[in-house]
Amino acid sequence: MEIDPFIFRLSIFILSIFVGYYVVWSVTPSLHTPLMSVTNAISSVIIVGAIIAALATNVDSIFTSSSIFGYLAITLAAINIFGGFLVTQRMLAMYKKKKKDKS
Amino acid sequence: MISANLSAIFYLISGVLFILALRGLSSPETSRQGNLFGIIGMIIAVTVTFLSVGNFSSGFAFIFIFMILGGAVGAFIAFRIPMTAMPELVAGFHSLVGLAAVFVAISAFINPAAFNLGFPGNIKLASLIEMSIGAAVGAITFSGSVIAFLKLQGIMSGAPITFKGQHVLNALILISIVVLTFYLCSSQSPSLFWILIAVSFLIGFLIIIPIGGADMPVVISMLNSYSGWAAAGIGFTLENSALIITGALVGSSGAILSYIMCKGMNRSFFNVILGGFGATDQSSSSQSKEQRPVKSGNADDAAFLMKNASSVIIVPGYGMAVAQAQHALREMVDTLKKNDIKVSYAIHPVAGRMPGHMNVLLAEANVPYDEVFELEEINNDFANADVAFVIGANDVTNPVAKTDPQSPIYGMPVLDVEKCKSVLFVKRSLSPGYAGIDNDLFYRENTLMLFADAKKMTEDITKNL
Repeated sequence: MEIDPFIFRLSIFILSIFVGYYVVWSVTPSLHTPLMSVTNAISSVIIVGAIIAALATNVDSIFTSSSIFGYLAITLAAINIFGGFLVTQRMLAMYKKKKKDKS
Repeated sequence: MISANLSAIFYLISGVLFILALRGLSSPETSRQGNLFGIIGMIIAVTVTFLSVGNFSSGFAFIFIFMILGGAVGAFIAFRIPMTAMPELVAGFHSLVGLAAVFVAISAFINPAAFNLGFPGNIKLASLIEMSIGAAVGAITFSGSVIAFLKLQGIMSGAPITFKGQHVLNALILISIVVLTFYLCSSQSPSLFWILIAVSFLIGFLIIIPIGGADMPVVISMLNSYSGWAAAGIGFTLENSALIITGALVGSSGAILSYIMCKGMNRSFFNVILGGFGATDQSSSSQSKEQRPVKSGNADDAAFLMKNASSVIIVPGYGMAVAQAQHALREMVDTLKKNDIKVSYAIHPVAGRMPGHMNVLLAEANVPYDEVFELEEINNDFANADVAFVIGANDVTNPVAKTDPQSPIYGMPVLDVEKCKSVLFVKRSLSPGYAGIDNDLFYRENTLMLFADAKKMTEDITKNL
């Protein structure tokens, strides 16, 4: 009997939860705020769905009701992607080691 | 146009890059590289999507316009936001992820053919269930995050809003979501889909309003987790492994952070979610409070104590950030270090308004991260330190949490500040902290209270050193 592709996706999902569990526990507590902002940015990979929705025009018109929701989602996700990665970068740039101490 | 198999492989690659992005955060040295992996993963995912749709119509131009528009807004916010406002920013960003998930689910429902899910009125059952989950969780994330944002921003009072029958109402709405999903699957009726989304918006709103402002660290982490599950739900609908992997990563990340925050406050997750505990709950503080003697001093005394110390531990709290005292504090520490005094910082898990917030604030003030320690790392050092300098923290230093089983914070992990030879406590008054209880530390023999604004006091001490 053929295995439903859904089962494969479910396997990816469950295994990723475990990967996430172990990876996140190894994140140092001092970087928990950047962790939140970067997870924010990567969860906006949902933009993939938004692009498909926006480009799915059966007829010649660019704006159908479904593509409009796609364009809206693209805008929201883009705010998150750029905002999330940039603010993470900005925060991480501030974490410095003790260097000079020439006293 | 590239084949579906090839694009699936590229999505897998970007999923792996996202895992590496989180892995990089295990230490500050590798973190910047990790962020780069995340950015590359995102670029791959977006490019592959364009190539796989392959329909280079005029719609492309519009996609770029909207992407640049959103990107510009995002970049502007990212560069302008002050670090004290990170919790608001993250809550705001969560709401956008939630809303984007809702929008994608809606367009998949209206035009399922574009996603290979069947046809309007005849969508594949599994896809419809996944779509409903994505839309419902997305909607809850959106409205919940909006409330969290308003509470953090101070537009809405941080006081918990409770009313009679609240839990019953929430339970009924949650049941109705399940029932609606069931009927939606059998009838494929668009109106049921819209009702489902509306009800989910409502429940997100109702879940967050009873939670007090000081519990927001848990709420933000929880919403972080929800935004992940919403993305995963959409990922199942779109049969996209990058989204499924990311959703699972973000979902478990948020869940772990909520757990850490709850543990830092010694409260169960359900206790926080059921709400009602917060700023206004001061009944425990109004009990008979005999005037106990307190030693108070000025900047001169504090400077004298620190000058004669060989090691000092700083205990910062959110009050320090409110007073914008972190730069003044760093200057004071620099002066101490010049006098060959060993200085380290002790951070409680719930210091600040979100996980790791205090570390970011200190990093912004140019405090090297290898002088900053977590509770477990530094707690044993208090006994050997000469001076503990508590600035803007309160409940997290209260020894009552270890000694008095009657106390509401009993069992909460606290910093063993009282074991220091002397404790300097910068505070405006003797008023209790968020937990509404008196801090026993104020009345200890070795405690010197410094009643002043945190920033001003720190500057004065530096002058006197």
